[in-house]
Amino acid sequence: MSKNINVALIGNPNTGKSSVFNQLTGLNQKTGNYPGITVEKRQGVCRLPRGVKARILDLPGTYSLNASSLDENVVVELLLNKNDKDFPDVAVVISDVENLKRNMLLFTQIKDLNIPTILVINMSDRMNRKGISIDAEKMEELLQAKVVLVSARKNEGIDTLKQHITSYKNISTLPCVSIASIDQDYFASLKRTFPNQSLYKLWLVITQDVNFARIERQKMEAQDATHTRSRSFLKRLQQKETIKRYQYINNVLKACYNKDSAKATDLRGRLDRILTHKVWGFVIFFLVLFTIFQALYDWSSVPMDVIDTSFAQLSDWAKVNLPNWLAPNLIAEGVIPGLGGIVIFVPQIALLFLFIAVLEETGYMSRVVFITDRVMRRFGLSGKSVVPLISGTACAIPAIMATRNIENWKERLITILVTPFTTCSARLPVYLILISLVIPNDRILGANLQGLVLMFFYLLGFAMALLAAFVLHNTLPKRQTSHFVVEMPNYRIPLLKNVIVTIIEKTKSFVLEAGKIILAISILLWVMASNGPGATFKNAPEIVAAQAEVTDANFEQKLSAYKLEHSYLGYVGKGIEPIIRPLGYDWKIGIAIVSSFAAREVFVGTLATIYNVGDSSEVTIKNRMSAETYSDGTPVFNLASGLSLMVFYAFAMQCMSTLAVVRKETNSWRWPAVQLVVMTLIAYLGALVTFQYFSL
Amino acid sequence: MELTLADLEIGDVATIESFDVEQLPMKLIEMGCLPGNRVNLLQVAPSNDPLYLNISGSFLAIRRETAVQIIVRK
Repeated sequence: MSKNINVALIGNPNTGKSSVFNQLTGLNQKTGNYPGITVEKRQGVCRLPRGVKARILDLPGTYSLNASSLDENVVVELLLNKNDKDFPDVAVVISDVENLKRNMLLFTQIKDLNIPTILVINMSDRMNRKGISIDAEKMEELLQAKVVLVSARKNEGIDTLKQHITSYKNISTLPCVSIASIDQDYFASLKRTFPNQSLYKLWLVITQDVNFARIERQKMEAQDATHTRSRSFLKRLQQKETIKRYQYINNVLKACYNKDSAKATDLRGRLDRILTHKVWGFVIFFLVLFTIFQALYDWSSVPMDVIDTSFAQLSDWAKVNLPNWLAPNLIAEGVIPGLGGIVIFVPQIALLFLFIAVLEETGYMSRVVFITDRVMRRFGLSGKSVVPLISGTACAIPAIMATRNIENWKERLITILVTPFTTCSARLPVYLILISLVIPNDRILGANLQGLVLMFFYLLGFAMALLAAFVLHNTLPKRQTSHFVVEMPNYRIPLLKNVIVTIIEKTKSFVLEAGKIILAISILLWVMASNGPGATFKNAPEIVAAQAEVTDANFEQKLSAYKLEHSYLGYVGKGIEPIIRPLGYDWKIGIAIVSSFAAREVFVGTLATIYNVGDSSEVTIKNRMSAETYSDGTPVFNLASGLSLMVFYAFAMQCMSTLAVVRKETNSWRWPAVQLVVMTLIAYLGALVTFQYFSL
Repeated sequence: MELTLADLEIGDVATIESFDVEQLPMKLIEMGCLPGNRVNLLQVAPSNDPLYLNISGSFLAIRRETAVQIIVRK
């Protein structure tokens, strides 16, 4: 049995690296996380000629081996650690034909690590239009490496790439640049101290602040203190190194690369003049946002209705047809409605990922970052915070992960902390049901009042996020100055395959993650609602039957109400009732709030479970809610309590998964704890003021 | 007074003279911001910040606070 070949795909962002990955592996890929950090790890398998298999690892996009972010650290750590199981037998460096010079900087760094390296020049289909010609053979000779012209879009050159991967052992591992030539004295003394190690690797270990390197560096400092120099000395050497590398690259390109500017078309310039215009840029941005939100509602209503009905039917079917040992009541009343509550979001979430993927792939997102940066900075945010805040309307989890490319730690932290205020899709069902209950279906100046209230809550979320950012900006200490450098990529038509793969992967992981929590909670709720302590619960039928006002007709209903009140869940709700009474909620709403501290979307499902346990009558959840009254006959859900609940859900931090992601991304429990306490406090006070004001 | 990148007008082309290497991120240097290279100011965002540049073939945006660190010659 032959060994699988380990292949690492490395490249600058915006070079079409994922497209090459998708072409090599198809859907034969899986996404995970690197242990301990939330950097996404994409791996796949590619079949090569002669029955050989290659394990393809798609490393995060990086501009160089001088890492400046968590994502880039992953690349350096892997390439410096020969013992890692993913250490590549061959490195494939992806470059973009239009940015070849800059992309080759990374290529020379990888090659200097003595790893067999293949240079892929991607987007070769654009060469003609840009007046570029390349002598690939000459280039291979000069670089002493394999060079492949690839068009991932047209699936050209992929077979040649596969052949080169198969015969990777024939690729030269000679370095491009001799690192010692940068500073003879410094490197000579380094060589004396560590005679058996590669100088370039040592140099990377010295200059990188990566975890792996830190340990090595301590060892080195212990051995020889003369090699630790000031930061500015090292940085000056790094600059010299960069100049040396560009000299090398320019010499190579002079001999084999030619660009006839007269033939080039300037699509970028023409589009940028409109899209980054001081006025039109903003007008177009708001039109794009408006279109996205409209489409999110218009296109998703039909599939959402279908999902809703199918789950209701499935639940009915399960109740009747499942064998007893499968606990049909638990499945029909707990598990299926619980899962339905998450699957119903799939159309909206998939659509949102579609729009975000398209905005990123076309290169438009960088233009949004550019025009909004100055405005966002007034609130302590960065132009790069716009992307997380927009994605937050789908789900805060991918949104918080998208903050990773914000270089400035303070701007990134503030973005992470305020993103959960944006109205995520989990709040939507809560708003929808409460609005339909307490807001009349009237028209004001031709606009639907219910729709206006919904829009108000979206705006409220954004406004609160900006306000919170502003407060944090003025209270958090400034830790470091760091620089904002954003690449403005070329405009491109998105590749359908990339977009589809992104949607499938992201939606799948969302459903699986959220599904696990919701499944667990719905089972727990059902068990707690169906059991209770002591004789008051066990003898429920006799106690209820003895009550004076009970008739045969209402016995079942009275019994289930009695049972719920005396179940474990009932006691929990009663226990917190004094705290939430001033907000206008009764103990049943209390249960729904407590259970939705794990995930907001549980709210409607919980109320459905609470009002449904043991009750098979056909009334809809909305009718049941409007029929709920206190003992004096006043309805539980009125304008004041309904608005108060919506305000509570707008501000409260009710999502365990978000807290877990914040913990990972900030590497401390402090920030998720701050989020949980402060946001819940704001929610409580906001709901209190709302209820008291509207009850007057 | 020395001319910096932040003093350029939209459409101007200049040559990078010098900068304090400690004040600039490595990423910018690696993207081609090196003495002797050509830089072209393509666009500025509202409030004249950030700046959209073409530095030696790399298209990128930097903030004004970074641009004032880079001395150029027209």
